[in-house]
Amino acid sequence: MTPPETLAESRQNFPEAARELLADSQIRKNVRHATDVIQAKRNKVVAELPDWQDLREAGSAIRAHALEHLDHYLAQFEANCTRAGGQVHWARDAAEANSIILGLIQKHEAKEVIKVKTMTSEEIKLNAHLEAHGVRPIETDLAELIVQLGHDKPSHFVAPALHKNRQEVREIFQREMKLPELGETPEDLCAAARTYLREKYLRIKVAVSGANFLVAETGSVCLVESEGNGRMCLTLPDVLISIVGIEKVIPRFQDLEVFLQTLPRSATGERMNPYNSIWTGVHEGDGPREFHLVLLDNGRSPILADKEARQTLKCIRCAACLNVCPVYHQTGGHAYRSVYAGPIGAILTPQLHDMKDGRSLPYASSLCGACYEVCPVKINIPEVLIHLRGKIVEEEQKTLGGKLGLWNIGMQAAAFLFADASRFSAAQHLGQMGQKVFVSKSGFIEALPLMLSGWTQTRDLAALPKQTFRDWWAAREEREEKAR
Amino acid sequence: MRVSLFITCYNDTLFPGTGKAVVRVLERLGHSIEFRPEQTCCGQMHWNTGYLREAVPIIRHFVEVFRDAETIVIPSSSCVSMMRDHYLKAAEMVGDAKLAADVAALLPRVWEFSEFLAKKLGVEDVGATYAHRVTYHTSCHSQRSLHLNDIPLRLLRKVRGLQLVPIENPQECCGFGGTFSIKNADVSSAMLADKVRCVLNTGAEVCTAVDNSCLMHLFGSMHRQRTFTRTVHIAEILASTAEAEPWDERFPVDLPVSVGGTR
Repeated sequence: MTPPETLAESRQNFPEAARELLADSQIRKNVRHATDVIQAKRNKVVAELPDWQDLREAGSAIRAHALEHLDHYLAQFEANCTRAGGQVHWARDAAEANSIILGLIQKHEAKEVIKVKTMTSEEIKLNAHLEAHGVRPIETDLAELIVQLGHDKPSHFVAPALHKNRQEVREIFQREMKLPELGETPEDLCAAARTYLREKYLRIKVAVSGANFLVAETGSVCLVESEGNGRMCLTLPDVLISIVGIEKVIPRFQDLEVFLQTLPRSATGERMNPYNSIWTGVHEGDGPREFHLVLLDNGRSPILADKEARQTLKCIRCAACLNVCPVYHQTGGHAYRSVYAGPIGAILTPQLHDMKDGRSLPYASSLCGACYEVCPVKINIPEVLIHLRGKIVEEEQKTLGGKLGLWNIGMQAAAFLFADASRFSAAQHLGQMGQKVFVSKSGFIEALPLMLSGWTQTRDLAALPKQTFRDWWAAREEREEKAR
Repeated sequence: MRVSLFITCYNDTLFPGTGKAVVRVLERLGHSIEFRPEQTCCGQMHWNTGYLREAVPIIRHFVEVFRDAETIVIPSSSCVSMMRDHYLKAAEMVGDAKLAADVAALLPRVWEFSEFLAKKLGVEDVGATYAHRVTYHTSCHSQRSLHLNDIPLRLLRKVRGLQLVPIENPQECCGFGGTFSIKNADVSSAMLADKVRCVLNTGAEVCTAVDNSCLMHLFGSMHRQRTFTRTVHIAEILASTAEAEPWDERFPVDLPVSVGGTR
């Protein structure tokens, strides 16, 4: 298996990327505003459901069951999809998926394709691959179109242009669509996008889509959206190519009952998506004449083998964990340097790369647990974050640099002290004496060396009190003993 | 009741006043306190930073020290959540069935301080007086792991003279996260700035919580900015009486315990 393509470019680590993003006050303002709005809507519609916790439980159980028996359900899906006239392709990695999709497009001699938002295609960098081979991909999802015309990258996998405000969108449209007179109301912007896209829906004969669910029992594919652009892409072209991660399969059609309640409420704060498309193979005289489904592995199978981390693949990509995450609120999605940002991105991205890339991401969390609380399929993200940190530490300890690194030495020393109270107590006394060089006249520590400088860059620390609790207690016991 | 106090490593070293306040409150309520000097740490820092194997001996040490304790009270929700959420997992990780069984037997006797007062003792009014404008910071572990809900607020509402003021965005993390505050110091500081703004906007003199870790983080920034707002652990507020406040030098904790106590 060839390594995923994204490995070729080394990912900037999270703290450095975050530092750049934190300096962009416009992005921070946009992200904060947008996530607050979505989060408030989500909380309102979730509160309407008395059985929300049961729905979470059911969703979690269905997804966990599907992953336990993924081989069975994928084979069942393939058989049923094929029987209905669809063609199923299996792609081990990004390179295979890109070449399958390009091959299909070239077979139909298409020079342009329309796309409905697919994060899987972002994951494999499909657009760049198509452009390099003379095929122009046109994004039809409004936010993806903004990102594409702005020569930008998605910062959120449900609302990819969440980091842009209306004025910025207007500027992009004015420039790229050559509409200098364009107004800035939502209606103006939507009308411009509609005019720009409508002609393309009618002319272009090949579409590329993603999907939210694959139903094994019927061989159906389900895609939910808010704009109707998806419906156009799924129904108007002659050829439809859907690229979907292997983990997206669910056993039964009936299972959609759960997810079509939890997904829209979690993702956009809607009770139901305005457009819910479910299609099964091809139908004479209705919709595309050819339907191809590319099942993408690209690093997913190894995640299944890890009992602790397997739950990562239960994700239904609602992005509620991004909207609620206090880290994401500050940095936005670009700091993760990954298609999958936020808490789920912090666990998914490094695993998709066999922990060889994105290794700073599991540390990009204060473990506050807000992500787990909102997750509609109950992925215990903090638990997986810690598990992945454990893997990283263990790997680093196998190298000389890791062994002799400050973090490892510090942690080993602390573990040595905590093993025995007399050692710990001695260290406390040493600290009380040794701190003197760091304590300012006001009695506070205002600057610390090495990694501890991270603390004092914005925070003071009160000097250690002269007496620890245990020493106070011992003195008290002694006094009481004498008094008796 | 005989209460065994697990003070936690950082309270022991940095916030001895919180331990004294816990002792004072529980003795005032008629309970006897023991302190097992062999205790050290719960292992949270190692575990959460990914030093999973290194955390196991610390966990084992805790279990050994408190194995036969009647009741264990801990003035730190994050340490309690370490035990409830991760101790069994740690035992399973190293395949130690005996440790797992010991942990399972011990956990029902482990209480966070405010939880112990409200749930185990059924007390809300601990006889405290604290005439200050106070806001309550909801720590992440207290709400999402321990589900303390309004327990700390109920305790605070019963304190004489205390004016409790609500805070904006109570559910959002202060950005401490243990080693996160160092490994991702910039993001942590940005989160802290938001939280400090919420604290200052309340106009409170004092910000309290059930965790000194968050309070240390908040105070670190508020002191750097030379603000007037202080942070005080909830135990210190509940220990306060009209005569003495624990963050005040006048707090007579080193006097014989009979002062203000009913032991």
